[in-house]
Amino acid sequence: MAGILALLVEPFQYPFMLRALYAALIVGVATPVLGTYVVLRGMAFFGDALAHIILPGVVIAFLLGWPLVVGALAVGITAALLIGAISKHTDIKEDAAIGVVFAGAFALGVALISTQRSYAVDLAHILFGDVLGVSTADLWLMAGIAAVVLITIFAFYKEFLVLSFDPHLAATLRLPVGFLQNLLLVLLAAVLVLSIQAVGVALVLAMLVTPASTAYLLTRRLPVMMLYSAGMGVLSAVIGLLISFYWNVASGPAIVLVETAIFALVFVLAPGRGWLARWQTSREQRSASSYR
Amino acid sequence: MTLVSERSTRVQDFLRRPSEHAHDADPIQIEDLTVHFNDVLALDHVTFSLPGGLRTAVIGPNGAGKTTLFNIIAGTLAPGSGIVRIYGEKPRGHVCIAHVPQRSRVDWDFPASVADVVMMGRVRKIGLFRLPSRADWGYVHEAMQRVGVNDLQNRQIGDLSGGQQQRVFLAQALAQEAEIVLMDEPLTGLDLPSQEAIFNILEDLKSNGTTVMVATHDISMAAERFDHVLLLNHRLIASGPPAEALRPEMLLEGFGGHVHVLPGDVADILVTDDCCGGGE
Repeated sequence: MAGILALLVEPFQYPFMLRALYAALIVGVATPVLGTYVVLRGMAFFGDALAHIILPGVVIAFLLGWPLVVGALAVGITAALLIGAISKHTDIKEDAAIGVVFAGAFALGVALISTQRSYAVDLAHILFGDVLGVSTADLWLMAGIAAVVLITIFAFYKEFLVLSFDPHLAATLRLPVGFLQNLLLVLLAAVLVLSIQAVGVALVLAMLVTPASTAYLLTRRLPVMMLYSAGMGVLSAVIGLLISFYWNVASGPAIVLVETAIFALVFVLAPGRGWLARWQTSREQRSASSYR
Repeated sequence: MTLVSERSTRVQDFLRRPSEHAHDADPIQIEDLTVHFNDVLALDHVTFSLPGGLRTAVIGPNGAGKTTLFNIIAGTLAPGSGIVRIYGEKPRGHVCIAHVPQRSRVDWDFPASVADVVMMGRVRKIGLFRLPSRADWGYVHEAMQRVGVNDLQNRQIGDLSGGQQQRVFLAQALAQEAEIVLMDEPLTGLDLPSQEAIFNILEDLKSNGTTVMVATHDISMAAERFDHVLLLNHRLIASGPPAEALRPEMLLEGFGGHVHVLPGDVADILVTDDCCGGGE
């Protein structure tokens, strides 16, 4: 028993591992909680696109020596508003508008990185995350952003609930639909920046949709779904970092793989909504109908 | 993600308390309303006025502009040209209008219980940064009681029958303290007892002075169960009590070849053909 405990605790005696743990926990709570709205509103593609779109912001901030978050947030918010404007003022469908901005911004980001000598290393960090390289200053900033995001989600809980359930209802209740949608986009840009540090641009979508989708299979109440999402995010962060430490696997993919494994487990076993339960029900129905 | 192309309330309007309106004006007054979607005419110079507490059926074939009319009254769609007045004011200022959604518009898998959905009707009244008070829960419970879904309050909305789901949305309208309730094809696909339950609730609403508008293409139901009928096919063909508005020549004009006129009790009607898809 003590041996197992030592295995669990030992890695986090290294300061870089402890910082990585804190970072992964911050990301593991904030991103999946916002992710519940992303899953419920069918915004997964948008979330993935936004993660790529903020790349040039991250790179420019890096080159100027600013906190990465600042650049990412500025570009993310601008792009989100730009996409809204394109689909509102032209006949272009929204997913196409997202695609145009997504590809253009990502190309700009990669082009900017390619001018640097440390191109390959930097690109790898940005694409797949570098949670082991998080500094104490980064941590404080991440914690601050996560706190603001969570407080905002809590403060606008009712309004976001109505907006996700039925935008038309939100409009008849005279809620400020446009403002709420833009606020959701800003929050999304903020958690993406957090997650990129941990798992990178390429895998950020997993933080956003996998824990929330897992939670969706387990409950039919929004607050519980948020709670389960956060729990799943935290669990995956810890287990993923341990796997990364002992088996020498890159930390970002390790965290995402744990999330995916939990999803697979729940998908098969979830009571009532899992694959096994559905198979059971349909078998019972079949045998019941054969008696008639 | 679906961005709402509908009209959005500005933040500064949202921060003000919803205003009380004058009750001496008619609840719904529409003058010369014309709406185009791109080049397609949806509503063509529609003019009518409804006094308070009336139960009105809006009938017409599919694609006749019924939903468009409701969206404009609800204030979620801008009127193209013409004047729309709700209790004498522009629709957007009002929080007293409930628009019960068509079944197909609702995400029945959404993680919300019956009580959650009913409480949504109060979100605007509760106000920003506040949790529902004891009084708000009082409204919610009373609303669920009135439509008879109290026993189902913790169930997920997708687990209910079609009739129960409709009643949940009526409870939401009650919790909203709506004075105008718009319902889009609420009885489609419901069995007779469920339809009866809905009519009992509409009766209850009427006794409170609530104005109810129901869109339907069921002519016999409109004739038997409503005080007033608007016969709509882009143009407003008739507005009046059922016996007046549902005269055969009006119906022929409204439904085209899809109505066959037979002698009946209420008026000389009717066998209808619901496949009106071509009449748009």
